[in-house]
Amino acid sequence: MTATVLRREPPETPADSGSTKLTERVFRIRESGIIVVLALFVAVTAGIQHRFVSVSNIQFVLVNTAIFALLALGETLVVVSRNVDLSVGSVLGISAYLSASLFGGHHGFPVPVVFGAGLGIGLGWGIVNGLLVAAGRVPSLVVTLATLYIIRGIDILIVGGSMVTANSLPTGFLGIPKETVLGVPDIALAVAVVVAAGAYYLRSFRSGRELYAIGSNPEAARLAGIPIGKRVLFAFAVSGAIAGVAGVLWAAQYGTVDSTAGSGYELTVVTAVVVGGVAIFGGSGSAVGAALGALLLATINSALYVLGISDFWDQAIAGFLLILAITMDRVISVKLTAALRLRSTRRAA
Amino acid sequence: MQPDLDLAPGKPPGPSRPGLASMRARAPWAFRWETGLALIVVIIGVAGVAASPNFLTSANLFNLGLSNGEIAIMALPMTLIIISGEIDLSVSSTLGMSSCLLGFLWSRHWPMIAIFVVIAIVGLAAGAFNGLLVTRVGLPSLAVTIGTLTLYAGIAEILLGPNTVSNFPTAYTNLGVNAVPFTGNAITYSTAIFAVLAVIFGVILHATPAGRSIFAMGASPEAAMFAGIRVKRIKTVLFMVSGLVCSLAGVLYTFRLSTAVQNNGVGLELDVVAIVLVGGISIFGGQGSIPGVVLGVLAFVGIQNVLLLTNFNQEASGVVAGGLLLLSVFGRNAASYSTRLRQRLPARGRRPAEGPAPGQATAGSQP
Repeated sequence: MTATVLRREPPETPADSGSTKLTERVFRIRESGIIVVLALFVAVTAGIQHRFVSVSNIQFVLVNTAIFALLALGETLVVVSRNVDLSVGSVLGISAYLSASLFGGHHGFPVPVVFGAGLGIGLGWGIVNGLLVAAGRVPSLVVTLATLYIIRGIDILIVGGSMVTANSLPTGFLGIPKETVLGVPDIALAVAVVVAAGAYYLRSFRSGRELYAIGSNPEAARLAGIPIGKRVLFAFAVSGAIAGVAGVLWAAQYGTVDSTAGSGYELTVVTAVVVGGVAIFGGSGSAVGAALGALLLATINSALYVLGISDFWDQAIAGFLLILAITMDRVISVKLTAALRLRSTRRAA
Repeated sequence: MQPDLDLAPGKPPGPSRPGLASMRARAPWAFRWETGLALIVVIIGVAGVAASPNFLTSANLFNLGLSNGEIAIMALPMTLIIISGEIDLSVSSTLGMSSCLLGFLWSRHWPMIAIFVVIAIVGLAAGAFNGLLVTRVGLPSLAVTIGTLTLYAGIAEILLGPNTVSNFPTAYTNLGVNAVPFTGNAITYSTAIFAVLAVIFGVILHATPAGRSIFAMGASPEAAMFAGIRVKRIKTVLFMVSGLVCSLAGVLYTFRLSTAVQNNGVGLELDVVAIVLVGGISIFGGQGSIPGVVLGVLAFVGIQNVLLLTNFNQEASGVVAGGLLLLSVFGRNAASYSTRLRQRLPARGRRPAEGPAPGQATAGSQP
């Protein structure tokens, strides 16, 4: 009996390397799955209505994706570590108002300073969230639910009934979403670079990998000596800072900012992240997948519009996709576990 | 009496600890979350009366019931679900879907009774969908109900589109805006329904085997399963009850506003979760009580009302709701931390373990 157990141990290693190959393949399937769905959607819609693949419409979709893809990157860092940040919409709102009101009517105010201010505001709130979660040892769902309320409330107290209007903003600032390089919107390029950097960080940096470790097994991560509090604080700080910058972009895109800016965005962002293949309970998923999730949602939104289907269908489809995505994830992981078990028993035999 | 002399040798003389421990042993209720909450509710009441002579009038109580009745009703099934270790964020969109269904069918001249039946069935089905995805497919309820939150709100949008339906017969809309007879114009129908449901849910949770098994599965799903509790079945039923109750709340909501419109109820899920957590329900499941949630409703409503009467910007009351939520969770954490600390301290003194502690401590509390 003991002997068989002992003999069983060594083959664990080759089985393990086999399992990483298998998981890798599944991840590839997961992301290529979104791309396939995206391609199908574009092909079918374009077949019905050619206007859908016109340059102006593609630019429109990319600009609309940009803010959500950016927010999805921050959210990915948080969700991968088995947390959730529901306050992104509120942070975006307060940052949009405060940074846009910096112009205060005189158009000469330097735009980079405005972006810096947005970043700072977001970073501040992100650190508050992170400290409450990490030091207060309170579940992030509750903390960020509370700060979602609190930040929005503070926003309303500051804004009151007033708003920032487009004519108080310099044209250079309002033109940011319209600038293009070779037909590709600058804003989309910038977001793509940031997402790529984020994906590289998560994939190849020690602290990035540690976020996955924390998400897949917090207790094991703690025993392995990973500073969980620090890493989680960092993830929330990044998510907040990104939401702050996204707020400035929001102000540039829409021009008019009142106290409702960005409300409800948290659900869209979480949907994009989960549709993009990031497990809601942490430990797996990629920033590129999350960005693709955001792109898919924006594409669907635009397709419905182009096809003349009322955008009242939008939400139902997003919800359905989210449920479909998590169900597929679950089915795949169950199949994967079964396959792994089969494989390891076969090797042991 | 010199309390310290009574202590077993080797135990570090903690000056106030024996007194506290004895109070804990003699009056455990004094250390419950609910007691603190009741105190807060009383303080809010006193502050309200001091702030405005209108606070304790029947008109004000009536308005409070009117504007918070549906949230309070939805908090009851949410309590059971969170105690069982799950969460249901789709409550508000179930309300919205039921409201739109009411408007949709009414505008197509269905008889009201048939509409009620359809709404009840749809509510049960919406809950069953959540429950089956959670229990049978094995998905996390947080993700499932974020999905159905969007899905059901989307169905509501599809049903009514940009239209509003508001030609409901006054016989029904009166239910939304009139007081229950013989209550001095202070009790709305939604308040009355909340009170009745609170009693029913309280009895089920605290006095039936089903209620005990809800606590058990929240504390440890595996242990509950091995103890023979039908964890999956009970959880599915809880989600179905939630769907049914929320669609009832949707009917009340529609009649109160006399309007069915696609964004009815948007965002209410946050209020509901906030109330339940303020009421002392642990987000991790397995702990809490219905009286606690009733007190949570009172605290939540009371604070909002005090702010309203003192001309605080009403739309910004989220600051207070969120603060309350944070405080309640930190309060619980601090309490459980100090409990753990206290449990660990006597263990260091070895001998005086659980048994003799209360007796000794009684002597200690004399001075």
